[in-house]
Amino acid sequence: MKHLLTMEGVDRATLTSLLDDADEFYEVMHRPIPKVPALRGKTVATMFFEPSTRTKMSFERAAKSLSADTLSFSPGTSSLKKGESLKDTVLTVKAMGADLMVVRHTSTGAAWRVAEWAGVPVVNGGDGAHQHPTQALLDSLTLRQHFGGLDGLRVAIVGDIRHSRVARSDVWAFTTLGAEVTLVAPPTLLPPDLVGWPVAVSSDFDDVLSEVDAVYVLRVQAERGGASVFPSVAEYRQRYGMTNARFNTLKPDTIVMHPGPMIRGIEIDGGVAVDPRCKVLEQVTNGVAVRMAVLFQLLGGSKDV
Amino acid sequence: MRSVMSGGDMDRALRRIAHEIVERNRGADDLVIVGIRTRGVPLAERLMDLLEEIEGSSVASGVLDIGMYRDDLDSRPRTVLGPTEVPIIDGKTIVLVDDVLYTGRTIRAALDALADLGRAAVVQLAVIVDRGHRELPIRADFVGKNLPTARAEHVTVRVAETDGEDGVWIDEPTPQEQGSAA
Repeated sequence: MKHLLTMEGVDRATLTSLLDDADEFYEVMHRPIPKVPALRGKTVATMFFEPSTRTKMSFERAAKSLSADTLSFSPGTSSLKKGESLKDTVLTVKAMGADLMVVRHTSTGAAWRVAEWAGVPVVNGGDGAHQHPTQALLDSLTLRQHFGGLDGLRVAIVGDIRHSRVARSDVWAFTTLGAEVTLVAPPTLLPPDLVGWPVAVSSDFDDVLSEVDAVYVLRVQAERGGASVFPSVAEYRQRYGMTNARFNTLKPDTIVMHPGPMIRGIEIDGGVAVDPRCKVLEQVTNGVAVRMAVLFQLLGGSKDV
Repeated sequence: MRSVMSGGDMDRALRRIAHEIVERNRGADDLVIVGIRTRGVPLAERLMDLLEEIEGSSVASGVLDIGMYRDDLDSRPRTVLGPTEVPIIDGKTIVLVDDVLYTGRTIRAALDALADLGRAAVVQLAVIVDRGHRELPIRADFVGKNLPTARAEHVTVRVAETDGEDGVWIDEPTPQEQGSAA
């Protein structure tokens, strides 16, 4: 593995090896001294051209727990949307000695472009509505921790699939690891390009609720136009929200996941968000563990040697 | 491949080491036997069994993976990590167990890993084979066999639990390796 850009086409052995390493880093995170020297002397640059709190902090925490140094880039108020500016930024960060770049960008494919220029491993921290591979890894780890494995698991992903890079990554990771995925959304929030996705599709949330082992609730992405395609928040919540009433109809061992940030009262009710079967905070913790695994595999030696 | 220790030799060496550990530490009460992955683990389990047999009481043990502590990550194939499971080591006497002591770098990494897990009172080292060529000021407290070797030679320790048989062998270097060593 040279870069981590997408979950599409990543084979089961690669995913499993990353999750296995993440298990060991999860153990490291719970030690009295949650730090190992594996990447001492390496520099990880986090280049987030789009706002983020948890993903950026999570990568920085992961890098520091591996004893790497971090360089942080924030676009601030300036616009860096033109290709040339992006390229110059990448070359500048490279010239400062970055050994790996984590890139988040509003444009689909940005991380691939950065990978062409960087000359160092690149991790896609989210490109537009396209891919968010480390999110899929942390979600897979959370499912694996809870159920022991994903083979035969039934997972419903509900909400704004159309604008969700999380869904586009989760679908591939979950199904490659053996889960069956059903997308649940109003037709207006389904992607136009569903051909070839290994999923079932439903617009009736209540119909699939009783059958699934995990419900993955997505945020309605107002900033990408997700709020404009249904009449009202109340109607969305009523048909696609993980309400307290819906939560009570789940099988007793079904878990609820959410990539964050949660907008309580729209896609998820406050009571569900704090229930022990809602794994949001476990997902956050697992995010650091899988990002440690990704950094370790990209920077800690190579299979090719 | 030349045999330098038979299964019986290995068993006798482990029994002697177990007695030496008890003698040195005046019993086994505060001991934690920690195997370094991968072949140190079954060897540590055997030592633990022998110590329990000698002392008639249970002995604590653990497993240490040093993949995150290597100083040569850049120059080797991707390190596959394994679980680390070590009980509380604060104030305990740790006996690290490995198959071969060579450059000392594995033990250096293991000492760093141990230090992150707690503050042991004493750390001792037991190995089946000491083949020399140290690159660091590290020595073993308990040695199955001192084995003078050339750097170009390969020492192979096999244990029944993972390799189907016990024993130690030396591989003669291939002409190509001899060339690169000279």
